[in-house]
Amino acid sequence: MRDCNKVNIKSIKPVIKNLFIILFVVASTFVKAQDKYFTRTGNISFISKTPIIDIAGYNKEVLSYINLKTGKIVFGVVMKSFKFPLPLAEEHFNENYVESDKYPDAKFNGIITNINDIDLTKYGDYKANVEGSLTIHGITKKIKVTGNIKVTKDKIFASAVFKIAPEDYNIIIPNLVVDKIAKEVDTYVDMIYEPYVKGK
Amino acid sequence: MYILKHLKLVFYKKYFFIFCLILTNVYYSVSQEENLDSLINTELGDHIDYTIATFKATRVINGQSIERMQKGDLDFRITHRFGEINTGIYNFYGLDYSNINFSLEYGLNNWAMFGIGRGTYNKTYSGFLKFSILRQSKGKKNMPVSLSYFSGMYVNSQKWLYTERNNHYSSRIAYCHQILIARKFNKRLSVQLTPSLVHRNLVQYKEDANDIYSIGFSGRYKLINRVAVNFEYFYVLNPNKNSVIKHYNPLSVGFDIETGGHVFQIILSNSTGITENIFIPETTGKWGNGGICLGFNISRVFTIKKKSL
Repeated sequence: MRDCNKVNIKSIKPVIKNLFIILFVVASTFVKAQDKYFTRTGNISFISKTPIIDIAGYNKEVLSYINLKTGKIVFGVVMKSFKFPLPLAEEHFNENYVESDKYPDAKFNGIITNINDIDLTKYGDYKANVEGSLTIHGITKKIKVTGNIKVTKDKIFASAVFKIAPEDYNIIIPNLVVDKIAKEVDTYVDMIYEPYVKGK
Repeated sequence: MYILKHLKLVFYKKYFFIFCLILTNVYYSVSQEENLDSLINTELGDHIDYTIATFKATRVINGQSIERMQKGDLDFRITHRFGEINTGIYNFYGLDYSNINFSLEYGLNNWAMFGIGRGTYNKTYSGFLKFSILRQSKGKKNMPVSLSYFSGMYVNSQKWLYTERNNHYSSRIAYCHQILIARKFNKRLSVQLTPSLVHRNLVQYKEDANDIYSIGFSGRYKLINRVAVNFEYFYVLNPNKNSVIKHYNPLSVGFDIETGGHVFQIILSNSTGITENIFIPETTGKWGNGGICLGFNISRVFTIKKKSL
């Protein structure tokens, strides 16, 4: 009679080894999923400061995702979602300047060039160098921005401050109001990303 | 036969199985990346695009436009009408006469506004409410027109002319109800239809109706970014029938000139009246014989309550 408790080592080892390999491969798919972070409530605001008047616009519905493994970072901005405290500014912005009926969205497609510096396992602030193409008003320009990425347990915070020149994107300012719009507009990006869950 | 046998061997090899697992792993990551790209593109298109700036101000010319004051914004309006041009050089072609109205109009929330005013004609105090019911939109939700409701009340505060008569306070009061239906066709052209009811508690002549029904047709065409030309006509369905004064349908044209926070409207109209209870049923001027007057509306908007952004 065979002793049931006696384990045939030769036969068990390969089974466990294979099981581990399969488990490892399957488990790695879940680990990879954590690289992708997404938001649809990102904040982008801008302010045009001149001695005559300050004009600010706020967008709280920015779409964006970051792939923290490859460094790919993409933004989608609906121009009509910018809100303005100043009366009439929303009409001017959409109808006269960015022509949002013709160009409803602005997009940014870029890469965090120093993605290897960012360690998902170490919580804290990291400097992020971003390079990519920014498209506004139908014009695409290559830009370089330095921002900050903060890694926490279940969220990624990203922020950046940079300048946009309306002229670069063919946004025409008529002579009558040229003193009221800054040559370079301060732009603030403030995003809170959460891990991307498919189907959400 | 040999190939089939070889293939069978391959399939059973555990390394091939693991290799497949890795492949699906890679495919899953790559497809997630593409998934997010297309997700952004679909989400960008997936929102309601509400029409803004159908008209530049809350009035087309005399009549109300579909526009409201935004929440927390206060509009200070001065409306001025000169006299009729056909009153000759002695009256400096109407410039000697003036009818002025001051009003303060405030946006209560993102669908209602109210206003109070005082005018020189009949020393009228007025108040009104304007609600947005439907908003023109495209994209995720399609609404072809904007629709609002306007309700105004006007009180004539002049001293009674005939003191021997039994004068009721209610005789001083008139009301106006309007449904404003507007559509912005494109950046340049907007059109509005305004079925109206003006109710006057006391009318001067027996033959005149207390309830006057009319339909307003108005529109604006934007010439350049800051200048628009406006047009307004009210067709009165049951005009005053008295034999003493002839009343005509009010017809007006105007220009909107916008400079920063101000909208300046300069107009020509056969109506010297400013409030709905006067300009709709009691217009005495006739375009045909120069019974038109020059006028202007000045509007200055102040932000009283900072918008929570």
